[in-house]
Amino acid sequence: MSLMTINLKVWRQKNTETPGKFEDYKLDGVSEHMSFLEMLDVLNENLIKEGKDPVEFDYDCREGICGSCNMVINGRAHGPKHKTAACQLHMRTYNDGDTIVIEPPRAAAFPIIKDLVVDRSAFDRIIEAGGYISVKTGAAPEANLIPVPQDTSNEAFDYATCIGCGGCVAACPNSSAALFTGAKIAHLNSLPQGQPERDKRTVAMVDQMAKEGFGDCSNYAECEAVCPVGISISSIAAMRRDYIKAIF
Amino acid sequence: MKLDPKIPSGPLAEKWTKHRNDIHLLSPNNKRKHKVIVVGTGLAGASAAASLSELGYSVEVFSILDSPRRAHSIAAQGGINAAKNYQNDGDSVWRLFYDTIKGGDYRSREANVYRLAEVSNYIIDQAVAQGVPFGREYGGLLDNRSFGGAQVSRTFYSRGQTGQQLLLGAYQAMMKEVHSGRVKMYNRHEMLDLVLVDGKARGIITRDLVKGTVHRFEADAVILCTGGYGNVFYLSTNAKNSNATAAWRCHKRGAVFANPCFVQIHPTCIPVSGDYQSKLTLMSESLRNDGRVWVPRNKDEKRHPNDIPEEDRYYYLEERYPSFGNLVPRDVASRSAKMVCDEGLGVGDTGLAVYLDFRDAIKRDSKEVIEAKYGNLFDMYQNITDDNPYEMPMRIFPAVHYTMGGLWVDYNLMSNIPGLFVAGEANFSDHGANRLGASALMQGLSDGYFIVPYTVGNYIADVDLPKVNTEHEAFAEAEDSSKKIMDKLLAVKGNKTVIEFHRELGKIMWDKVGISRSKEGLESAIEEIRALRDEFWENVNVPGDANYYNKYLEFAYRVADYFELAELMAIDALDRGESCGCHLRDEYQTEEGEALRNDKEYAFVSAYEFLGVNGKLETKLHKEKLEFEFVELKQRSYK
Repeated sequence: MSLMTINLKVWRQKNTETPGKFEDYKLDGVSEHMSFLEMLDVLNENLIKEGKDPVEFDYDCREGICGSCNMVINGRAHGPKHKTAACQLHMRTYNDGDTIVIEPPRAAAFPIIKDLVVDRSAFDRIIEAGGYISVKTGAAPEANLIPVPQDTSNEAFDYATCIGCGGCVAACPNSSAALFTGAKIAHLNSLPQGQPERDKRTVAMVDQMAKEGFGDCSNYAECEAVCPVGISISSIAAMRRDYIKAIF
Repeated sequence: MKLDPKIPSGPLAEKWTKHRNDIHLLSPNNKRKHKVIVVGTGLAGASAAASLSELGYSVEVFSILDSPRRAHSIAAQGGINAAKNYQNDGDSVWRLFYDTIKGGDYRSREANVYRLAEVSNYIIDQAVAQGVPFGREYGGLLDNRSFGGAQVSRTFYSRGQTGQQLLLGAYQAMMKEVHSGRVKMYNRHEMLDLVLVDGKARGIITRDLVKGTVHRFEADAVILCTGGYGNVFYLSTNAKNSNATAAWRCHKRGAVFANPCFVQIHPTCIPVSGDYQSKLTLMSESLRNDGRVWVPRNKDEKRHPNDIPEEDRYYYLEERYPSFGNLVPRDVASRSAKMVCDEGLGVGDTGLAVYLDFRDAIKRDSKEVIEAKYGNLFDMYQNITDDNPYEMPMRIFPAVHYTMGGLWVDYNLMSNIPGLFVAGEANFSDHGANRLGASALMQGLSDGYFIVPYTVGNYIADVDLPKVNTEHEAFAEAEDSSKKIMDKLLAVKGNKTVIEFHRELGKIMWDKVGISRSKEGLESAIEEIRALRDEFWENVNVPGDANYYNKYLEFAYRVADYFELAELMAIDALDRGESCGCHLRDEYQTEEGEALRNDKEYAFVSAYEFLGVNGKLETKLHKEKLEFEFVELKQRSYK
């Protein structure tokens, strides 16, 4: 097993109000099998022992599904590996002596809380606006009553796998949340169960997205490129189509 | 203290219906006046919050994460069981009940488990109506796969992301209620303590994890949906923030803790690679449908696994358990993996791994078919290990995954503290000494959608709940005691980090309170836990202060609780002088190395009352005898 020395430039910011800056750290003994977040754990253990403030970053499952981690690594949300969340990135991607720049996702709608931790509650409010099918507990019909073609179901599933990390927003030059919003609209609108609220949902979610201060989509497709689960921008097309249909 | 499970009388299949008919109701305009607190937003919490709000209650929900959608239910991969019998393979509510109670090695309550099987079908209906994209057949109807511990195919799935899809369904249902204004959501809030007024649960103390401020919330009932305590072991498949603090604080306030030693070690996880390791990743049990588990027959095997011929491969599960083969329950699979590794047959750098091989399945079904079923799992494996499982066998090893133990609850899912309900993994209710695959999602949603909404209403209708406000001295006392713990942790300024302590505790637990346990090992574990706990309070180094976001202070508060819970787990494992399910005591095995249960002396739920911590944990054991009216207790056999 080879051990590396890694140079880090990490965004440090005390709180929302105080301006932040990059700090440099040198980390020895990094194993190629470590995950990226384990590398940051080691940095923090060192900082604590030196009596310094550890770097705050969001994480939970560390298996790429909870969407907590969303840091921008060398300018790219979640780092260099295609369809890979930051927590699933491993240090074997890097070489001894590399310099890695780590910063939070930057968007007006995602205020920085501390260091790499941001407030993504705008995403919850977009879902709250209409990202659901209104069915009360107990009121559901028998599950096999409405057949759903396998292709339709698979397509809905692909959109439904969004992990809500916000990498798309970080990557977008407009800080748009179109991929996140589009994925949920495309998921629910493609299913027979989602039809009754189709128009209402689409308009409410798109309007909420704008209200939160996310920019509009200009088809850069940077979002799709960094999405750790590979959500397709066809979801944005579906969202636009349904929005136009709904308002006229 | 008398623990009354409050199981309704009558035939098994009619108990729940009868109970629902008997329980008291509140009129819609009265429900509005009552507030219910839900702690945790996994499957149990989100579904309970949504359902209670739909009924008209005012609901306050708390999540430690920045969004309720991230709760660790999201990581469940394989599926959810239900007794739909869509495959026409003879499944029924009875069979699902029977498999679950047998899988739990007869250490759970018949009535609870039967109810679980009974409501399982409604969960599937509910999820489909919410837009959960389950796997479907070409004709557009729902597909099923088979899972360990069952001979029917009753598992519904969304590729390898069933937990994610079900959780998003429940989360969306809850967000719909946030929109209605009846659910108020508090993200990044951690419950620090439970508040009792006149012996009833009447509120909680929380910390706003961003601002650092401590808050008081009052309610008529509190539902704890805070998951399990697998992270006591440091390394587990649990998320990094999953913790036992809320449950343990309730325990310290008087809620009894049941079967703490019942911890499920999942057989198919990616092996540990180094000391820096922060968590373990599970590979869904569904892989055992097509993957074959083996080790080399010879200890000194040096060949690449692909070059080892059939006669030199030891397919130990298929050989030892011909009728269930690779689909034996999790406890049997984990123990067998440990046994072959103990014999020196383990593979990989550490010798602590076995092969899970898809070669034959790919040959039989094609790579495309296997990819369609497990593609995301294979990708995940390759990403972590840098090996390609389409071309060489996976290496897997057991890891701590799920805790069957938890706070004791009665049939209504209420703890012995009136008004404190416990749902999902946080309670001890349904899985006995071992949980079958695809049953955790079923239980979380059953509790949240279909049980607590009824039983909480019954409680509120039944008891006198005078208005309390958060100025009450009980709130002040609980807030003060939580703050004191944080101050104490921050004041130590020692030399070892929280993570170093947690890792050491985890090692003691894995070595001595893990897959197999012995009297000698458990006694020494208890001593070691006590000594390390003392050292923790004298030498822990918690950085920063309590006035703003401080992850390591959160961890320290949780690890302080793990130190006490760990001792209780060891005490319980020592007390249970039998092997059952996941609890294997070296002293109690059959000649073939199978778990040797002792129904005469141990057919009970161990329920511990907290008395204090003074160098050692003081507890009192209460026993709830398990009555089996409807099933015959048998030695489990998967041969």
